[in-house]
Amino acid sequence: MTLQDHSAISRVMRSDRGIKWFVGLLLAAAVLLPLGHLLFPPESSLHVSTYTLGLVGKYMTYALLAVSIDLIWGYCGILSLGHTAFFALGGYAMGMYLMRQIGTRGVYGDPLLPDFMVFLNWDSLPWYWHGFDMFWFAAVMVVLAPGLLALVFGWFAFQSRVVGVYFSIITQALTFALLLAFFRNEMGFGGNNGLTDFKELLGFDLQASSTRVGLYVTSALALLAGVLVCRWIVASRFGRIIAAIRDSESRTRFIGYRVEHYKLWLFCFSAMLAGIAGALYVPQVGIINPGEFAPINSIEAVVWVAVGGRGTLYGAVVGAILVNYAKSYFTMAWPEAWLYALGVLFVLVTLFLPKGVLGLLQRFKRAES
Amino acid sequence: MRQLLEGMSAKVSRLLMLLIMLFVGVATYQPLHASTDYEDVIEAEESLVDTALPADQTEEFSNALAQLASASFSKKEDLTSELVAKRFPGSRGVLVALLENQLYADKSSGKVLILSEQDGEKTYHDAISGELIADGGSDKKRITTNNSLRKKLRGDIAIFDLHSEDRNVRLGAVQQLRDVVDQSVATMLMKQQSIEKDDDVIEEIRVTLAIFDLGSEDSEARLAAVEALDGELGNDVFNQISALLHSEEDKEVIKAAQATIKRIEGKRDFYSLLETAFFGLSFGSVLVLAAIGLAITFGVMGVINMAHGELIMLGAYTTFVMQQLLPDHIGLSIILSIPAAFLVSGLVGIGIERGVVRFLYGRPLETLLATFGVSLILQQLVRTIFSPLNRSVQTPEMMSGLLRFNEVFAVTYNRLYILIFTFIVFAGLWLILNKTSLGLKVRAVSQNRQMARAMGVRTARVDALTFGLGSGVAGIAGVALSQLTNVGPNLGQAYIIDSFMVVVFGGVGNLWGTLVGGMTLGVATKFLEPHVGAVVAKIIMLVFIILFIQRRKQGLFPQKGRAASGA
Repeated sequence: MTLQDHSAISRVMRSDRGIKWFVGLLLAAAVLLPLGHLLFPPESSLHVSTYTLGLVGKYMTYALLAVSIDLIWGYCGILSLGHTAFFALGGYAMGMYLMRQIGTRGVYGDPLLPDFMVFLNWDSLPWYWHGFDMFWFAAVMVVLAPGLLALVFGWFAFQSRVVGVYFSIITQALTFALLLAFFRNEMGFGGNNGLTDFKELLGFDLQASSTRVGLYVTSALALLAGVLVCRWIVASRFGRIIAAIRDSESRTRFIGYRVEHYKLWLFCFSAMLAGIAGALYVPQVGIINPGEFAPINSIEAVVWVAVGGRGTLYGAVVGAILVNYAKSYFTMAWPEAWLYALGVLFVLVTLFLPKGVLGLLQRFKRAES
Repeated sequence: MRQLLEGMSAKVSRLLMLLIMLFVGVATYQPLHASTDYEDVIEAEESLVDTALPADQTEEFSNALAQLASASFSKKEDLTSELVAKRFPGSRGVLVALLENQLYADKSSGKVLILSEQDGEKTYHDAISGELIADGGSDKKRITTNNSLRKKLRGDIAIFDLHSEDRNVRLGAVQQLRDVVDQSVATMLMKQQSIEKDDDVIEEIRVTLAIFDLGSEDSEARLAAVEALDGELGNDVFNQISALLHSEEDKEVIKAAQATIKRIEGKRDFYSLLETAFFGLSFGSVLVLAAIGLAITFGVMGVINMAHGELIMLGAYTTFVMQQLLPDHIGLSIILSIPAAFLVSGLVGIGIERGVVRFLYGRPLETLLATFGVSLILQQLVRTIFSPLNRSVQTPEMMSGLLRFNEVFAVTYNRLYILIFTFIVFAGLWLILNKTSLGLKVRAVSQNRQMARAMGVRTARVDALTFGLGSGVAGIAGVALSQLTNVGPNLGQAYIIDSFMVVVFGGVGNLWGTLVGGMTLGVATKFLEPHVGAVVAKIIMLVFIILFIQRRKQGLFPQKGRAASGA
């Protein structure tokens, strides 16, 4: 919607030079990487492999998750330690669609039931699996399922004014409870193994490199749109009230704003964004399993935001890509060192870089001028 | 200040000593283990064969054995009966060997051999003379048994054991005979009953004879037997009386049997309830132990320490290291681990406070992230030093085994000790917080930092010591947990969410809340588990706490007064 609205875009872009840089870089990445893949032969040093495309595409979805966390943490002071629950729910919704697309190509060749259900001797599809053979339905569920969970959970939490650390701890309990639940075979989501062995998306073969390019471009554009919409929200009147709540919740309430409602809608929107990120993540990595619900993943995602610098949105993107690139590098080159590096990163960033990498850059710039 | 500090630490160490002494006292109290295991009974009989035999008996004995080699199964049963009836000195050894598939017949020499295995080395002895035969002869064949023969053999051996010097052997023999009791065995038991001195054995014989009488022709005797069995809880009694109900025709016996069955069932239900309650308390004690350190760092100081679980893990690894250092004194190493773990985790805790947490007071969310980083580092450190695999910590003898109250209710010693230990730790902490000057300062700082500082309290030092205290208690919890679960790098992660739940549920800043909260959650979980399964029970508890916090943000026991509004 905002993409068409030129005046809205210009309003969003006007206030900050960083966001212009960011949009430019992201668009360049969205165009150049696929071009590098398609135009240059595999021998060329400028060739971008399918693997790299998949990797960067995965980073993009992580970055979108980070943006959704930054929106509530950086701008409203709500620290959710269970945001990957929404990410995973979106992923599962997409996974269910991909699972239904397999059809008779599964190991057991059952036209209706996914393999794991045949394996468990189920004779019919559970009610909540109906409709997932249609893409539009799955796409709706990608935002609806996380959104509804956030609505119910947030309504309870914000109504009874659970704030700060307490909120963080119960979000952690939420994602932990979901983790345990999804591990159960009886839940009908593939239990321990999750959903995998996907074949095609909207008729495109998931293994084909053209599909990978398409997924990559979609992820990049989704990230761009996500950042811009968030930017539009925080630059609006609504956004200013959100910031007021972050700075002094009681005072905002005394002025007469229904603080709970503002927080609830922001939380829901953030959850939906995380769901979309999860839905884009699943076809690129080819699997979704209950491990995605693990509380540590949520905390890691929060660290991406902290590393990049919270309260800037594009900082979250920078953080997510930096940390995940480091993770890919370390786990390949020096696997034992990764947790040390991550742990030290947590400590150093919170102690010395309260505004993240972007804050550091700004400080340098100020020192120069 | 240094004097003050020393004074405080002296008090803390005195309390710690008290704690340890209490634990030692509990741990060294060691009731009799009633061993009724049949294998033990067999192993207790060391000498296989008694060699000195009169000539005519030897001939009879060897005749019987020679027949045993080639007899049919039913003939073998007769032969073993003969071995029992004649009571040759070597009879029992032969019967045990036959039962354990270690009796061989050598065709060429006509001898019967008993195989004994030690450290994988096989040796054969002549069953009659006891003489060692190196390779056991070339043409040896195992004498085979079948199910019914084995059942009879167990009874036969029990007849020998009935006259053993060892009361545990006699007790086991009577229980064994219960399955094969017939008229001759009953007569034998009655004879033993009249000379038996041990009350437990007399009671076992009484029950066995009553079970035998259930099959009597005389309805009066059956009725008396049913009444004699009233109040027994064992499976065998229950099954026998149930079986009687199917075949019984006498109305009065049926009535009595039904009443007895009903009473047994009622008692069983009661004891299974008791058992669930004990499991619940035991699980609750684990939760309380894991959470109580957090009740200090999070509850009193308001610091979100995500590395709390790793401090527990360090305590468990300290136990492991102590056992490596003192491999021959497992019991002692556990007791020494308690102060050692307190020190290790406490010092690491002080390190965390001085190095990280103190820069972040008043910024709880940043504290959470930074301490989470510390937890990752500690986990990986342990992986680097001790390998990522689980390490096994041995359980000392005094903590293994069962405390058996009756046939259907028994509790394991380690769980019982840990339950008691939890209360000791709790009492110790309560005393420190309420009766020492450190405790006074801790409470003062947590209530009003500025005012405490104005009164001359070195708040920074109190912060470090408090954090160290909470961390040290986490280490002690690790010692206890090492007795229940695997010691591995992920030990801490398993408890961190539970610990926070317990503290938040109980009410932040309140030790009693943690105790009551942990125990409540433990018992509730264990009562839910049989109905819905372990995982769903856990999910229900998590959802319950999430909802509970919505209703009562301050937990079960809210803080009162000014401290509450500051939180």
